[in-house]
Amino acid sequence: MLAAVLVNGLVLSGIYGMLALGFALTYGVARILNLAHTAFYMAAAYALFFFLGKMGFLPAALLAALLVLLLAFLAYHLFLEPLREHEATVLIVTIALALLLQEVLLLLFGGHFRSVPALLPGFTEIWGVRVANQALLALGFAALVLLLTWAFLKGTRVGLAVRAAAQDMEAAELVGVSLSRAGYWAVGLGALLAALAGLAVTPMATLEPHMWTPPLLVVLAAVVLGGLGSLPGALLGALILAFAEVAVVNLVPGGAFLRTAVALAVLVLVLVFRPEGLFGTGFAEER
Amino acid sequence: MTGPLRVWSLPWFFLYLRHEVLALPGRAIALLFLLFLLLFPLFSQDPYHLRVLTLSALFAIYAASWDLLSGYTGQVSLGHAFFFGLSGYASAILGRELGLPPGLTIPLGALLATVAGVLVGLPSLRVKGPYLSLVTLAFPIIALGFIFLFPGFTGGELGLSGLARLGGSRLQEYYLVVGVMLAALYLMWRLTASRVGLFFHAIREDEAAVRMVGVNTVAYKLLAFGASAFFAGLAGGLYAHYLRVAGPDSLSLFTSIQPVIWTVFGGIATLYGPVAGTFLLVPLLEALRVAEEWRMVAFALLILLVMRFLPQGVVRGVLDRLEEECPRCKARNAFTRRRCRVCGVTLRVKEVRA
Repeated sequence: MLAAVLVNGLVLSGIYGMLALGFALTYGVARILNLAHTAFYMAAAYALFFFLGKMGFLPAALLAALLVLLLAFLAYHLFLEPLREHEATVLIVTIALALLLQEVLLLLFGGHFRSVPALLPGFTEIWGVRVANQALLALGFAALVLLLTWAFLKGTRVGLAVRAAAQDMEAAELVGVSLSRAGYWAVGLGALLAALAGLAVTPMATLEPHMWTPPLLVVLAAVVLGGLGSLPGALLGALILAFAEVAVVNLVPGGAFLRTAVALAVLVLVLVFRPEGLFGTGFAEER
Repeated sequence: MTGPLRVWSLPWFFLYLRHEVLALPGRAIALLFLLFLLLFPLFSQDPYHLRVLTLSALFAIYAASWDLLSGYTGQVSLGHAFFFGLSGYASAILGRELGLPPGLTIPLGALLATVAGVLVGLPSLRVKGPYLSLVTLAFPIIALGFIFLFPGFTGGELGLSGLARLGGSRLQEYYLVVGVMLAALYLMWRLTASRVGLFFHAIREDEAAVRMVGVNTVAYKLLAFGASAFFAGLAGGLYAHYLRVAGPDSLSLFTSIQPVIWTVFGGIATLYGPVAGTFLLVPLLEALRVAEEWRMVAFALLILLVMRFLPQGVVRGVLDRLEEECPRCKARNAFTRRRCRVCGVTLRVKEVRA
């Protein structure tokens, strides 16, 4: 039982980690609480499903990621950037975007459950737990993507600018970081991470136009748990919540009903004792 | 006309109506809207129309309650469904177990929601901004988990149905809900226009500064949570008895998001904003049923476009074009006036073409 929790928890944290990192980037740099973030993830999954009918896996995945990237830039340029001062307005614009994506997918593909065949069929036994090979592939893919993102953020000048903007907007602007350009980079990276998470999940999950809400809650919780604006915090938050979710589903009777509830209860508890999240800056500092 | 002579008399009433209400497009529209609500059943008693308007009125209470907490005080709640749904369930269970009439169970449910509001507010006081939104978001989801866990008591997936009706007929229910809405809005209006309302605004703008001048911000934030939860609970109880079912839908994420959409669409941190937002969007969403599966697409697109061009909400966006502020005395004037109706200063000088 413990082994199952460990293995499944790792796979899930890989997926949540990608989503949470993208969300944290968009919030930290572009200051957008993007409730459409997981809708992008869903869009990538459906795009993959659509293109797989016409071509092989690699070009299909590439096209799907590009499509989502384009979509995110379009939404940011047309709707979100001009409205940045109006926080509440941005919030409902992202909700409207998510609803729009959901309904368009419903129109195009219908409400049936869809699925994509696994790339690597079969199972492997690890510590007495049968794990789908596809899940292991997704875990490896998530680890690779996260490492690459990390290398990009740590190793390039653009990455430095993005991290600086996430840490302290005003100071970053003072030393010459272009906030608007950093914003576009962050939105692009965020959407790309969401798309890649969608691609990784597609062969394991069933696709339906409402699949964006459950992960959205977990991602929001993970990012806040780690501390908004903190990128390592987002990853750690995703890890904690993924393990909490898997542990509850596996160990508690009736746990499937409580999976999101427990993740969010963890969040509330942590915030009561550490209001700024695990890695966030204290409220006294920013005003 | 609001000067010393404020004795109620018929001539005074007409003067007031003419110079203070009809002189401003915004107030004239508000008066027309009120008359429309009260007289609507004279023109149509179609049950479907009454139903749409009743639901709009219900949701207007709900949206205004969200605005009281999130718009005025700036504590953005993304979990308002907790109060809305909790009160509905409480009212349903009280009615079922003790056989009390809805006239008693709805206020009891709203009181329970008030207690819940203060309890949610307590941990929330430690966190700010998006953190607060996320903490509030957690509560309805957690409640939903428990509702599915104990289906025997809560009805689980199906909810509790067969609740007592609000009134004998659709018409009675309509007037009851509209009456409650007007009363609730009046109370919220008096609250927000008072000294307390001033503190609410100030807490949103700069909490540290308010604390520094010696205001107990914790007490005011808890008051905002409690009052907001009370009105949300009132709306939730009415809603459950109007539809005669208290179901898990009333706790869903979408129910939490709806008041945000309506309020921001109408105009945040005002009371007319949420009312205008609900009475525009709820009937619109019903009217869009003709578009069948394109309904939600059209709805989302409309919100996107309207918010893009009127980011402060429909009411502010429209009124700013119909009214203008006098540069000298700050009184508002209809856009047609050349001179300020209060101080007589010339509002627009004719531009000289060079």
